[in-house]
Amino acid sequence: MTSRGNARTSGNLPQTKICQFKLVLLGDMAVGKSSLVLRFVKGQFDEFQETTIGAAFLAQSVCLDDTTVKFEIWDTAGQERYHSLAPMYYRGAQAAIVVFDITKPETFERAKAWVKELQRQASPNIVIALAGNKSDLADKRLVEYEEAQTYAEDTGLLFMETSAKTAMNVNELFLAIAKKMPKTDTQNPTHAARHRGVNLQDPDAQSTRSCCGN
Amino acid sequence: MAADVHSKGVTWDTPNGNLAPVEHLPSSRSESPTPGLVEGTEPGGGEWVEEEVEEKEVEEKEVVEKTEEQQRGRAEGEGSVNEPKREVQAVVREKEEDVTSDAWRLHKKHVFVFSEAGKPIYTRYGSEEALSTTMGVMMALVSFVEADKNVILSIHADGFRVVFLRKSPLVLVCVSRSDQSDSELWRELHYVYYQILSLLTLPQLQRVFQQRQSFDLRRLLAGSERVTAGLLRLLETDAGLMLNATMSLPLCSTTRNNVCTSLQIASSKNLVFSILLAGNRLVALIRKKEQHLHHTDLHLLSNLAASSSSFRQGEGWTPVCLPKFNSSGFFHAHISYLEQDSDLCLILVSTDREDFFNLSDCKQRFLERLKKRNAYQALQEALHSPTYPVSQVGIPELWHFVYKSKSSGLYTSPELPVPYHTEEQQDRLMELYQHLHSRLHHPTRPLRSIYRSTNTENLLAWSTSGFELYLCFSPLATKALAMSAVTKLLKWIRKEEDRLFILNSLTY
Ligand SMILES: Nc1nc2c(ncn2[C@@H]2O[C@H](COP(=O)(O)OP(=O)(O)OP(=O)(O)O)[C@@H](O)[C@H]2O)c(=O)[nH]1
Ligand SMILES: [Mg+2]
Repeated sequence: MTSRGNARTSGNLPQTKICQFKLVLLGDMAVGKSSLVLRFVKGQFDEFQETTIGAAFLAQSVCLDDTTVKFEIWDTAGQERYHSLAPMYYRGAQAAIVVFDITKPETFERAKAWVKELQRQASPNIVIALAGNKSDLADKRLVEYEEAQTYAEDTGLLFMETSAKTAMNVNELFLAIAKKMPKTDTQNPTHAARHRGVNLQDPDAQSTRSCCGN
Repeated sequence: MAADVHSKGVTWDTPNGNLAPVEHLPSSRSESPTPGLVEGTEPGGGEWVEEEVEEKEVEEKEVVEKTEEQQRGRAEGEGSVNEPKREVQAVVREKEEDVTSDAWRLHKKHVFVFSEAGKPIYTRYGSEEALSTTMGVMMALVSFVEADKNVILSIHADGFRVVFLRKSPLVLVCVSRSDQSDSELWRELHYVYYQILSLLTLPQLQRVFQQRQSFDLRRLLAGSERVTAGLLRLLETDAGLMLNATMSLPLCSTTRNNVCTSLQIASSKNLVFSILLAGNRLVALIRKKEQHLHHTDLHLLSNLAASSSSFRQGEGWTPVCLPKFNSSGFFHAHISYLEQDSDLCLILVSTDREDFFNLSDCKQRFLERLKKRNAYQALQEALHSPTYPVSQVGIPELWHFVYKSKSSGLYTSPELPVPYHTEEQQDRLMELYQHLHSRLHHPTRPLRSIYRSTNTENLLAWSTSGFELYLCFSPLATKALAMSAVTKLLKWIRKEEDRLFILNSLTY
């Protein structure tokens, strides 16, 4: 998915820089990707959050000193039949959050597989964050904090344990990512165009991968 | 137990499949929406009176029993039908059900899907694992009959109907205790089959089983349980799936025209269909020239959109196969609500998987134009009364009706009156209509009209080349009254048709 053609800017103060980034969430079914996004974008949590079909697009801005960082967020579906679509979403993304559920070790393994795939196929400068979600369910924990932390350090990822339910570390995670983003002003159309250019010249963009194995 | 075994060759298909293909159809008067009505309402045009009218007295006992069964079967599902939270819980609960319990056995309609290797793929109630032996036995039965170059269609025994649908590499089975006919149950199984295709496409389905016969398809269908559960519920509640038609949202013609042209203008090169829905009611449909949307595909799309709240939180973007259009490829659908708390859902179907931002812009342009022309407000107001009371027709004994215009593939129906305010009663009425429908469309002895009188209501069904009509009267009404009511109702529909239906079929 190539980025939007024109950066939609709201009536911000002229001195504020606006940067726009594409961020993708990946991870197994039901680990809480949509819940994290919903918490970050709308400050809400839904006990009965329904499974995502395909992918959902949302936008949210955060302010960092003199810069407004606008995230264009792709919340992908964890269901296996959509896996072959993932490259479309992480291609050209500046950031990725790979989510697992601390009560389900198999989702941690799946997260590692996503990280590998991103490091092999996504753009080389992509900032990857690992989120161990559902930290409120501490009594059911099956993935130790240290284990994930060590893995993240070895692999060069940001790491936080989060809870979409209690909001713990959710904004912090997005802020930490925002801080690592290069601050080029995308409000300026020439910048925006150059910015997009990166995506379009991405070799991956040309190789049309099959959709859903079709 | 008598097995109803026939040789191969039975197909199920829909004669009036396409939505609004007006210029596509033979332009005979009775085939276009308005003339279809004109013929029936013209003085002296009451051809139906001369037709064979079959009367059938139904014993009260039968009806009472059925209601009790329904109550037992549904005890848990009572309450508001539309509340999503409860539905999620219900799906979870149904999956956890004990398959050896009486409650499980007593469900009115079971649906099973398995592979030719006998591997479970889907069960409506209980878990697939727990039913692998049952499905294995069903597959053995299918293979046994096929060994003789025959095909098993249905088994009738002990108040049950077991209906088989063979769609290689899948087998679908319905076990029903309702009095729906075999063909009604086949139609429902076809829907479940198309639902699976809409997620995977036929070539992908065939490929995974060619590669490995024992493939566990549940892996690829994981997370779609709610979609299927929603579809099965829709089959029981929306007459449109029985009629091969879609309900249109009543809307004054000025607003409808505004909405339609705004949607038409908000086009993009790869757009094939733009669909605006209010719940399962169609508000507007724009299509690419020469392309027609089959009602089955529309029902699948609308059910998909209703199946996940994630479309309310952000803009959805998903591959979807429209199996009636083309079972071997994916379209890409942009699914979103016009505003977060609005009931208006816009589905934009494109051929290009990279089209998201173009379609997102189309949506914005559509919304802006609607607002600029004050049509948005009018549309919102129309949503407050998405239906109409039957009293508008002015026939006191008439409780309810369903009218399908064959050429447009649309139907209209008033809100359900007091006797049908519980879910049980609504289901019962739908079953009565389904029964009449299967009599009208009987594969060997179709009827043009049928009158049925019971202690709880009197029913009349009538099918012509232009329309299909089902009426429900108070039990005090007489047959003569029903006959004259039809003429009056047809006049009323004709007068209201530009509000009740979408009369013009627009292309980009
Ligand atoms: N206790 C707890 N539950 C959570 C948390 N985050 C999500 N959940 C629940 O986990 C379930 C799945 O959450 P989703 O956000 O739908 O998961 P997802 O990763 O988007 O799943 P898919 O869309 O299917 O890929 C829902 O019932 C959520 O309420 C959390 O931090 N704590
Ligand atoms: Mg999700």
